[in-house]
Amino acid sequence: MLAQIEGSQAVAEAVVLCRPDVIAAYPISPQTHIVERLSRMVKQGDVGRCQYLNVESEFAALSVLIGASAAGARTYTATTSQGLLFMAEAVYNAAGLGLPIVMTITNRAIGAPINIWNDHSDSMALRDAGWIQLYAETNQEAADLHIQAFRLAEELSCPVMVCMDGYILTHAYEAVDVPTQSLVDTFLPPFSPVQVLDPNEPISIGAMVGPEAFTEVKYLAHQQYLRALTLIPEVAGAFEQQFQRHSGGLCSPYRMEDADAAVIALGSVIGTIKDAVDELRGEGIAAGCVKIGCYRPFPMLQLRAALEGVARVIVVEKDLAVGMGGIVSADVQRALQGLPIPVHTVIAGLGGRSIPKSSLKQMVHDARAERLNEPHFLDLNRTVIDNELARRREQRRAGPVAEHVIRAINAIGTKVV
Amino acid sequence: MSTSRIKFYQTGTYTAGNRLLDEAARTVQSRMDRTNSLNSGHRACQGCGEALGARYAVDAAMRASHNRLIAINATGCLEVFSSPYPESAWQIPWMHSLFGNAPAVASGVAAALRAKGRDDVKVIAQGGDGATVDIGFGCLSGLFERNDDVLYLCYDNEAYMNTGIQRSGATPPFAQTNTTQAVGEAPGNPTGTGKNVPRIAMAHGIPYVATASVADLHDLEAKVTNAMGLQGARYIHIHVPCPLGWGSDPAHTIKVARMAVESGLFPLFEAQFGMVVDRTLIRHKVPVERYLELQDRFKHLFGPQGSPDAIAAIQSIADANIATYGLIA
Amino acid sequence: MYAVRIHGRGGQGVVTAAELLALAAFTDGKHAQAFPSFGSERMGAPVMAFCRIDDQVIRTRESVTHPDVVIVQDPTLLHHVDIFGGLSPSGYVLLNSTFSLDELGLEEFLRRLPGDHVCALPASDIGQKHLTRPIANTALLGGFAAITGWITLASVESAIRHKFPGALGEANAAAAREAYDQVTACLNEPGRVTHHARAN
Repeated sequence: MLAQIEGSQAVAEAVVLCRPDVIAAYPISPQTHIVERLSRMVKQGDVGRCQYLNVESEFAALSVLIGASAAGARTYTATTSQGLLFMAEAVYNAAGLGLPIVMTITNRAIGAPINIWNDHSDSMALRDAGWIQLYAETNQEAADLHIQAFRLAEELSCPVMVCMDGYILTHAYEAVDVPTQSLVDTFLPPFSPVQVLDPNEPISIGAMVGPEAFTEVKYLAHQQYLRALTLIPEVAGAFEQQFQRHSGGLCSPYRMEDADAAVIALGSVIGTIKDAVDELRGEGIAAGCVKIGCYRPFPMLQLRAALEGVARVIVVEKDLAVGMGGIVSADVQRALQGLPIPVHTVIAGLGGRSIPKSSLKQMVHDARAERLNEPHFLDLNRTVIDNELARRREQRRAGPVAEHVIRAINAIGTKVV
Repeated sequence: MSTSRIKFYQTGTYTAGNRLLDEAARTVQSRMDRTNSLNSGHRACQGCGEALGARYAVDAAMRASHNRLIAINATGCLEVFSSPYPESAWQIPWMHSLFGNAPAVASGVAAALRAKGRDDVKVIAQGGDGATVDIGFGCLSGLFERNDDVLYLCYDNEAYMNTGIQRSGATPPFAQTNTTQAVGEAPGNPTGTGKNVPRIAMAHGIPYVATASVADLHDLEAKVTNAMGLQGARYIHIHVPCPLGWGSDPAHTIKVARMAVESGLFPLFEAQFGMVVDRTLIRHKVPVERYLELQDRFKHLFGPQGSPDAIAAIQSIADANIATYGLIA
Repeated sequence: MYAVRIHGRGGQGVVTAAELLALAAFTDGKHAQAFPSFGSERMGAPVMAFCRIDDQVIRTRESVTHPDVVIVQDPTLLHHVDIFGGLSPSGYVLLNSTFSLDELGLEEFLRRLPGDHVCALPASDIGQKHLTRPIANTALLGGFAAITGWITLASVESAIRHKFPGALGEANAAAAREAYDQVTACLNEPGRVTHHARAN
């Protein structure tokens, strides 16, 4: 049923429709509304025998789910940023143990400096831990991806992160169609584990594997993981058939038919990019964009196929490999290896900075005129930078960078940025 | 909850002997139908106190749960020596996740069982002192505070042994470890440090807390059995000498453990909801030297370079325990 | 597409106001996107919330830097935050205040806007009357419906009742209605450049 609701609420309702058995919750902005709503629904008795545990840290949250999943329960939690890092050890553990846990990442920047607003540094930090990573463009897609995620995870015995932009999506209030229970039940069968802790058939899980076998175990995991590239389109296709709308998939092109400049991005910024593409097209520029819906495993072949004909690619990413530049752009470059297509890296939206449509349009113009730096930081305040660099040149004990920059920009909340 | 003391003449030794006892009073280990949950063939050192304690504790838990038990293990000696891929010494459903999360993982298993309506299956979590007192402490407290239905067993050999004998929050004062070496002005582990986790467990007000030792295996089994008859968060802290780490004779593991109990350094007691309800009286009190002299990790306290003051300080700890728990009749 | 920016302080229901606005637009069959711009929970800190309304699907996610409407729930923000930054030259301003725009020192500045696009409204007083607390947000929504005509009063009331059940919903709806009536009456007065709705 179509309802005007908050993104967090849409996700909570989607999760409940998937009939979870165990939910672990540790609060962190901007995920709090999801776990609060789930708490209410479980307590009211709307989620069957589902157990909701308020735990003492994010590390505990995922650890609880590791135990629960190994004991045959369908499991869920949500976290972000600092919380995701705090559970990092468990993130690798869950993947290594092949447990089909589903976790929402409400993408948020990682400190220091502490910042509670959106960017992708958190999920990027753990992109190689062995979890499938899906990114939502809208709250509708965020809700839908959770339903697809449980099915994917359980078919592959691999955990899945559903990434949605913190505040921008989680706290956005927009129309979402929340499906019926019967529709979800048809799409998502009960959890049938590949391995389970069961007194009737005792097994040992989590053995130490030495040099003689570790490589083979990892190779098998690698191969299994790559199966997601086939399974994700299948699951998205089945979803579309049953739910009558397109959600998910590996990558989605927009106005790419005869595009000569392609903009690539993950998550909600794709919406703004589509508006920019339409305006550029109106101005005679053959722009298009490709949304990467599944970032891990990386859809090499599909992206290459989508981009083959273009003259240039601009990757807009909300993350930064300090000292290196782009993270997503590096993967895109690898996908385009051998093709004479320049790939521009544009770092945008760090720490929740708004990405204006006008800046994106200018970026395309600049790319076409070879005016972009590599990497290019969108809307960088050059004056503040230059003043700070000058200040530091003058004295050894220059003090903390962040505080000086904030002072230079003149307090938070007084301007719309 | 108190058990009647088995007299020496009835059993031959009061560790495991059962011959002259009534069937019902015999240990689980003495029975033909014991589950051998931790089966032979594991890679523990000769004389390992932890392997001994785990065998008794887990088989007792299995018996109490009618063989419907799931065990979660932290990283450490027990986990490493019992599960060298592709083999496992465990004959029960068993999982190892990480070093610091065994309590949380066990909470998750218990939640899953509740969600599935399987209240016949019980959950234990086990870890060494490192996993319990230090790195897993936050998760342990969380399990206690939520009163999750898990029995947590801590095998305390007073240091990080599996990584090569380093100091933990359970390492006693003056003990030599590789990160508190017996050199310099204050050799060994500093005084005024460490935590008393049984008392911290009691402070959470959980249904059952007990200390136990491989010096009295009947008592260990009885305490596990008591705990398994209760619901909610339960904790048993088991003293297990480590011949390698303590520098003691592998043949003396039980003797060393007994000296710890009989000196008062390791008091045996039971508590419910934060109050001590029972303790084991010391049969023959011994001075702490009888305990310390069996272990190389305390040898720097003796001899010409020794420290009588340190030994006196350790004796005061023992005396304080005797007073606190009323260990001498 | 129209963009609304609401200014207030934490605890004044600024975010709720944006949500109700979106819900009212949705009820009227439009697309709407409401979102906040705030930090950690803290009463009294300046907050902003935004709402976009369109007949088509709204895809963009950028901040609202060029609003068509600025609603000010707390006038103490006036000389503290850049409240009118980016406002469209044909934009609307709805200000919660018992003072007139002249008394607030804004008449000159707001004269640039169309005469019937600006209104100062004693929304807190209206809230006090119906809700026994100086809550301004639902009254301001009624005022918004009157001054822009982009959403109906009926959908404002429907959104309010959806969010606040029972008597509380009715009281909030009444506040919205009173504000709507006041602003409508005010805008109908001929010959005034800027308007001030007076409490009855």
